[in-house]
Amino acid sequence: MGEKLLMKGNEALAEGAVRAGCRFFSGYPITPQNEVPEYLSWRLPEVGGTFIQAESEVAAINMLYGASACGARVMTSSSGPGISLKQEGISYISGANLPIFYANVMRGGPGLGNIAPAQGDYYQSTRGGGHGDYRVIVLAPNSVSEMGNFPKRCYDLAEKYRMASMVLADGLLGQMMEPIEFDFEPVDPAKLPPKEWALGNAEGRERRIIRSYDLKPGYLEKMTLKLLEKYNKIEEQEVKYEAVQTEDAEILLVAYGTSSRISKEALMLGRKEGIKVGLLRPITLWPFPTKILGELSGRIKKILTVEMSLGQLIDDVKLAVEGKSRVYLHGRPSGGIPTGEEVLEIIKNICSE
Amino acid sequence: MYQGVIMSGFGGQGIISAGILLAYTGLTEGKHVTFFPAYGAEMRGGTANCSVVISSEEIASPVVAFPDTLIVMNEPSLTKFEPSIRKGGLLLINSSLVSGKSKRDDLNIHYIRANEFAEKLGTIKIANMVMIGAYSRITGAISIEGLRKSLKKVFPRARQDILDMDLEALKKGMETV
Repeated sequence: MGEKLLMKGNEALAEGAVRAGCRFFSGYPITPQNEVPEYLSWRLPEVGGTFIQAESEVAAINMLYGASACGARVMTSSSGPGISLKQEGISYISGANLPIFYANVMRGGPGLGNIAPAQGDYYQSTRGGGHGDYRVIVLAPNSVSEMGNFPKRCYDLAEKYRMASMVLADGLLGQMMEPIEFDFEPVDPAKLPPKEWALGNAEGRERRIIRSYDLKPGYLEKMTLKLLEKYNKIEEQEVKYEAVQTEDAEILLVAYGTSSRISKEALMLGRKEGIKVGLLRPITLWPFPTKILGELSGRIKKILTVEMSLGQLIDDVKLAVEGKSRVYLHGRPSGGIPTGEEVLEIIKNICSE
Repeated sequence: MYQGVIMSGFGGQGIISAGILLAYTGLTEGKHVTFFPAYGAEMRGGTANCSVVISSEEIASPVVAFPDTLIVMNEPSLTKFEPSIRKGGLLLINSSLVSGKSKRDDLNIHYIRANEFAEKLGTIKIANMVMIGAYSRITGAISIEGLRKSLKKVFPRARQDILDMDLEALKKGMETV
């Protein structure tokens, strides 16, 4: 806490993770998140942690699986194509009820795509992403400050619920610089309460087993229903969002991450011209702020989702709104970055309908 | 007060360094700032540009689609960004490397022989600082004193004699406009 630093988003994310107690990172390079492993490669050894550049994304995520099973605060990061490769391991980790933290600094897709900022991995992040029934807690920062402060929140949530928690950012948030102030005291992982389930140092205690499956007939269903209990609790208790000038809004923008910054500019431009624009920014993408959107849609009849994807966030908005408002889309995929002026034009078109 | 700045030129001209210096100085002078570099395929001799916002209010979007100020260090950058400058905006052109004139008649335009000034001071590497000095004088968005103090912070590994040259280049830029 204290000093205001000017940091790059990726470096803030890496430093934030270390301050939050991360002591193990394994990953594989990909633009636009390379500053994360670059930073951790020297920073983690400074605090007695371990940095491994793995031979592949699949190896990296399985190293994380092992380190997490032993109770370490662990992290990996990548961009879309690399996260795809890690999904198998994330699914196993979810089945095994292990806490991990990872970050996706999104770039344009599909396929190899490009290295421009994009938000096309919304489905991948909020729907689990790998095989089987599981969820991942998804936090979406929209500033360098949040890039630095969200890893702490992710670790707290991941360990509270024993599951994967991630930061979903994009190339712009990763590459841009902004002032940052860390809002928490550095965590010493050695002083955290012992994990009652962690492996290692087994002498003198009962054997512990961590696995992602149970082959006895009917048992896996029970295991997965246990996951549901936890997911239901998270949906009730862990939703976070930011509401901007929604009280008198006649049109509501819904956007996260970089898109929410651009939407805020459109809101300010619109308000200057007397258009009553509001903004709802989901901070947790899963759990999604369904309840507040449902409430707002009773009153605000026009909703515009602004996303740097073809229309993914809009699905969650429609599920929340349940037909009570008309939901419009402004989607710029694969590296297209909207401007405030551009969004304002669309707001005007919708309002004049 | 709000300044959306784009600085653009060849990779190796110190575009990114100058942008960070602008942003950092803004921060130390109590302003809100954002800095966003073009990243990835950029390399020495290729194109490089960055966007900086300096504002007395909280900055919504870090994307500078229509700059208030464009600082152009080479010919292709003028062609690329000139049409997007806001009406009444500021255009600073490094006329050592840009032979063409601006086609806009609604801007405040300064032609600055930045490379020549820099070379006389010791190295063309500090042409970027000449331009930043001129920017500081014209807009007042950041002060020369702030820039001077920021140099050591932004370039912690630079030798003192290089930092001294940077400061001379900043001053030269101020004097020329």
